[in-house]
Amino acid sequence: MDKTAFAFPKKSTARLLVAATLAVALGLPGALFAGVLFLTPLTQRPMLDALVRDQLGRDPATWGGTQLVYALAFVVTAFVLFNFGAIFGGIFSWLERRVAGRMQSRIGPNRVGAAGFLQWLADAVKLLFKEDLVPADADSLLFRIAPYFVVTGFALTLVALPFGESLILADLGVGIFYISAVTALVVVGILLCGWASNSKWALFGGMRSAAQVVSYEIPAGLAIMTPVLMAGTLSMQGIIRAQGGWPWEWFLFRNPAALVAFFIFFTAQLAEGNRTPFDLPEAESELVAGYMTEYSGFRFALFFLVEWGNLWVMAAVAVTLFLGGWQIPGLGAAQWAAWRGASGFPPALWWVMQLVSLLWFSLKTLTLVGVIMWIRWTLPRIRVDQMMNLCWKYLVPAAFACFLFTLLWQLLVGTAPGVEVVTGVVLFVLGVVVLALFARQTRQNIALVAGDKVDFSNW
Amino acid sequence: MEKLILRRVDRNNEEMLLNFGPQHPSTHGVLNFLVETDGEVMKRAIPDIGYLHRSLEKIGEMVGYPGFMPYTDRIDYVAAMFANEGYALAVERLLKIEAPPRAQYLRAISCELCRIASHLVSVGTMATDIGAVTPLLHAIRERETVNDLIEALCGARLTYNYHRIGGVAYDLPAGWSDRALRFLDHFDTLIQEWDRLISFNEIYVRRLASVAVITREDAIDYGLVGPNLRGSGVDWDLRRDAPYGAYRDFAFAVPVAHGYRGTEGDCFDRYYVRVQEMAESAKIVRQALEKIPAGEITAKVPRKPKPEPGEAQSRVESARGEMAYYVVSDGTERAWRVRARTGSFLAMGIIEKVSRGLMVADLVALIASLDVVAPETDR
Repeated sequence: MDKTAFAFPKKSTARLLVAATLAVALGLPGALFAGVLFLTPLTQRPMLDALVRDQLGRDPATWGGTQLVYALAFVVTAFVLFNFGAIFGGIFSWLERRVAGRMQSRIGPNRVGAAGFLQWLADAVKLLFKEDLVPADADSLLFRIAPYFVVTGFALTLVALPFGESLILADLGVGIFYISAVTALVVVGILLCGWASNSKWALFGGMRSAAQVVSYEIPAGLAIMTPVLMAGTLSMQGIIRAQGGWPWEWFLFRNPAALVAFFIFFTAQLAEGNRTPFDLPEAESELVAGYMTEYSGFRFALFFLVEWGNLWVMAAVAVTLFLGGWQIPGLGAAQWAAWRGASGFPPALWWVMQLVSLLWFSLKTLTLVGVIMWIRWTLPRIRVDQMMNLCWKYLVPAAFACFLFTLLWQLLVGTAPGVEVVTGVVLFVLGVVVLALFARQTRQNIALVAGDKVDFSNW
Repeated sequence: MEKLILRRVDRNNEEMLLNFGPQHPSTHGVLNFLVETDGEVMKRAIPDIGYLHRSLEKIGEMVGYPGFMPYTDRIDYVAAMFANEGYALAVERLLKIEAPPRAQYLRAISCELCRIASHLVSVGTMATDIGAVTPLLHAIRERETVNDLIEALCGARLTYNYHRIGGVAYDLPAGWSDRALRFLDHFDTLIQEWDRLISFNEIYVRRLASVAVITREDAIDYGLVGPNLRGSGVDWDLRRDAPYGAYRDFAFAVPVAHGYRGTEGDCFDRYYVRVQEMAESAKIVRQALEKIPAGEITAKVPRKPKPEPGEAQSRVESARGEMAYYVVSDGTERAWRVRARTGSFLAMGIIEKVSRGLMVADLVALIASLDVVAPETDR
């Protein structure tokens, strides 16, 4: 081969590329985590009042500027939180393509930035520059606003989503109810764009989506009732506080019905998030691109941003309800209160522990995100009638049974609290055994096809 | 002028008319289906063919006998070897010659490898059409190895132009047999992996079992061939029942479906027949590599053959079923008529009947399970 024909990039360029990628890969999530870590506790009303009193020397009750401080704090926090969703959506788009590449014996995007990490930025820029095409026969207004319904439905969930021990923008008393309510806005957007596109494929996609999301709200809602009954509250932080750090203290294992409810809830979430095996609304082998067939440019990007951003929301809600949320093993509420100290600005150790709880929560969430991606690239798609059957014939009755069982279970726990500990340990051990068996089977399967190869040369 | 096919569509009813193609991810080339749907349920799907017509049969009358061989590749570019073989056989019969034994073995080896490659595409795209993307990539990965082997044999990866009138173009390169055997050893475990990965996946089976059932009688009446026929429970394979070339010498089973998971003749049967046929093809290649005789690879054929006036026909078991050539000579160096009868065209015929009452998603499964390849339909 003629060596002059192809010049390898200079060493320094590669190093610069790695440095730039690392800066973005660590800097962006780092900045977002820092934003969430500092802004969510600091924008609580008592904290803002303390700020006005101590730093500005005014009485928050009488000073007119207090409202301005409130507004400013909420604008900044909203900005950071929305970016949290958007940027994690972008990163997941890269991660998902790399995961898919690994599973499919191919490489995946590896050109833009080291390991292709900056691919999602390049894609976003490309989509921004694309023509924002509105089909001539489309309902122009509805077609244009439909993506914003989808984005709003997604962004609003971040308000009540916990990130750490004190890290939540608004710990609403009706937190989980609020989240399932605003998620339903997404389907309005999808139905709108299915209708407004004036395309038969989009209409098919929109109708499928409406049927699917509306149907699966019901088993999801019923499955949510199980942890809600166990915690006795709808508040997201309240539900987490009712669990413990150790796996046997999670709701998942403490009640046999909760284990079932977790799988029902997870399945229903996959359906609500239009993920395989429930990706019928955008089934590319049947409906071309489903409800977003006619979209291009930025509006198209919004749909994908929501699809991947929703991964975080789906996983975080499941972690909150069933997997112990941010609870760190061995730490009780008393310990947190001790670190917090009396009122006023919290000490440094408290902040460090908040960061630990944030990272712990993120770790659990990202693990679940990995599982969702894994499912997507493994399973085929079910048919629309099977989707309905599964929901109404199996998931709804099962979720209802879990609900009733939990009612009786809570009565039992009320008289004999030890039963929860025993169930927790037994189910946890069973879970570990099942995982071990699964891992063994996987290793055997890999050995049968002459082993797995990991090739970093083209990473 | 209104398209003739539109006259068949009933415009005075409530159903929505959906143009399923010609640019659609699941139509396996440029096919079009006019689908009358009532929501998700189809009233029927009318196939509209001709988007890929390239007048290949007419070209066969314009170029000489050997000159048409590269064009046969384009009749079915997913399994070009069979189109080569069928044409070569027909012209050989016209010239009253026969390929030497080694050439016949080489034909069998190349064709069976090509069958594996073609079926890999078929079962892979089927999985994608059902919504599982990963199996397709695994199938394509294996097909690359087959393509490498065929490339080493004849220099081309898709349109092979390997067979010649009276033999084949090239002999086995050095070390090729070992390479092929290594692949075959690997391939046996791969079919097991394939079954674990997708064939017996519960969702996959439920999407395909008892869907779009073609009964034995319908399959015969509509002239289905190859895996589609065997998928409906009809035990008929030219390689065994009307053997040509070297196929008399090999022991292999003919997989026939009698409802692996659902009703006989459903999509899963047609799919799984193909998976099993790949394993049988691997067996044939193994036996052929073992028994291959030494000797010439081409018979003596003039540069510009001029067969005596007359007609000849040949039938080969292609990856898409029985492929027949009919060649008429008027004594000149060009054929007076070349006709190819292909499996996909026949399979398209039954879609309208079977599609009644299916769901739109099932139409995708039906097209994939019939392994329709657009160029073979239109030629």
